[in-house]
Amino acid sequence: MSFIEIKNLSKNYVNRRNTKRAPDDPEQPGEMKVLDDINLEFEEGEMVCILGPSGCGKSTLLRIIAGFDTASSGEVIIDKEKVTGASSDHIFVFQQNGLLPWMNVWDNVELGLRHMENEEEKNERIQEYIDLVELNGFEYNLPCQLSGGMQRRAELARALAVKPDILYLDEPFTGLDYLTHLKIREEVVNIHEYIGKTMIMVTHFIEDALVMADRIIVFSERPTSIKMARKLDFSRPRNINKDPGLSELRDEIFLMLGVSYVA
Amino acid sequence: MKLPIKPAIFYPTLSIVILVFVWEATIRLSGWSEQVFPGPVIVFKAFLELLLDGTLFNHSVASLYRVTVGFYLAAILGIPLGILLGMHRVANSMVNPIVQFLRPISPLAWIPLAMLWFGIGDNPAIFLIFLSSFFSLVVATAIAVRTINPIYFQVAANFNFSGKETITKVVIPAITPDVVTALRLTIAVAWLVVVAAEMIAVQSGLGYLILDSRNALRMDYVMVGMIVIGFIGLFLDLIMQKLSKQDWLATR
Ligand SMILES: Nc1ncnc2c1ncn2[C@@H]1O[C@H](COP(=O)(O)OP(=O)(O)OP(=O)(O)O)[C@@H](O)[C@H]1O
Ligand SMILES: [Mg+2]
Repeated sequence: MSFIEIKNLSKNYVNRRNTKRAPDDPEQPGEMKVLDDINLEFEEGEMVCILGPSGCGKSTLLRIIAGFDTASSGEVIIDKEKVTGASSDHIFVFQQNGLLPWMNVWDNVELGLRHMENEEEKNERIQEYIDLVELNGFEYNLPCQLSGGMQRRAELARALAVKPDILYLDEPFTGLDYLTHLKIREEVVNIHEYIGKTMIMVTHFIEDALVMADRIIVFSERPTSIKMARKLDFSRPRNINKDPGLSELRDEIFLMLGVSYVA
Repeated sequence: MKLPIKPAIFYPTLSIVILVFVWEATIRLSGWSEQVFPGPVIVFKAFLELLLDGTLFNHSVASLYRVTVGFYLAAILGIPLGILLGMHRVANSMVNPIVQFLRPISPLAWIPLAMLWFGIGDNPAIFLIFLSSFFSLVVATAIAVRTINPIYFQVAANFNFSGKETITKVVIPAITPDVVTALRLTIAVAWLVVVAAEMIAVQSGLGYLILDSRNALRMDYVMVGMIVIGFIGLFLDLIMQKLSKQDWLATR
């Protein structure tokens, strides 16, 4: 039995504006099928990257696994328990705006640790993770006083400080400049090697998946099913251009997503 | 050209001086008597007179007292009710129609009932101020709650916030800028309403001063009353503006 199991998961959204449909439309009137009978398993400590076209339901799936949203049918089982709601052991890093904007960096990082009894230990832990993401000196800045990359790092610090069993990352690098993107990516890879916790990451960047993942899952267009699931046995650090296996896989995924890639 | 004083002060002062000149010129050209349309000099004399004998101060305090009490009551009751309606669908669909129905009824339409229920004196006036602010605050707060980015509630769920924590750490800080804006709009309306209310049920306040002066055919006093009302309204708005520019609000 795997650590995380997703069984026959489907998700329909009620689509209010689109109630008129062709009579032979297989979908229920006014319903939009986003996820269609998804079955997936994740091992403990695994780093999985999910790729797929925009709007195919990647964020939706991640939200359901994290317990923020409910499935229309099917279930998610984590560590032998059915998911019924969010848990403070499984932290979500949002696609954007995940920091509470009225709290400074310190207070945001403190959110997951606010029940710690020992004040001194708590403060040490907060500082440790702020230092880890190189935000020392910005403890008392509000999110709006940070750059996009710094906000991302602050959110990562907040998530990691909890020492969560699972980390969900929804496009954590989108909107960052190229260099910051590469740096934070490296940081996440290091953190994963260091703490060895399960991470599920949604991304649009195929290169990220190739460099980071233990396994890559590619989704199809809506209604979404799994088009490809591939284990990556390449040693790290990885270089896509120098490893023919990786560049072949890259081209394959690009083709699968409808782009004939020319390197 | 370099101005002798700060532009932020120079230009408004300039426009007021021009206004006073236009006022004086209008009177000279129109040929109306000073009884019908008093000029700046007479009004200024009347102003000094009412200021020095304490009349202006007493009436202003009376009006401000009513506005303050009515407005605070509306805020203390309206904002929590708005939060409740914003967070609970069922409560909203029960209460919102009533609020939306009562809101467009001008507070002045309540005057007969207010006098019947609360007699004369401060209470009916306070009640009318309350009505003028309460419904708008409820609606504005409920909308502010409903437009909070759902991600913040997911963060709250992710970090196991209790219901109380969700309200104090997410809802209240998230709606504060919108609520302060609503308060600013509302106090302007409350100030409009107090003057009207004072023309009916009470023996004090700036509205009463105007009505009483009209009965005595003292248009100079009437205009003093109007000018003071304008200045206090401006002052109230400045206070609310200061409040809405606090650093801790500029977080969105
Ligand atoms: N609350 C909602 N109500 C109705 N439809 C929704 C809702 N949330 C998402 N959808 C629909 O579900 C589909 C999947 O959305 P989702 O955000 O999961 O896509 P995604 O794969 O994360 O896309 P992207 O890569 O652009 O972030 C979209 O077509 C969207 O229109
Ligand atoms: Mg998404």
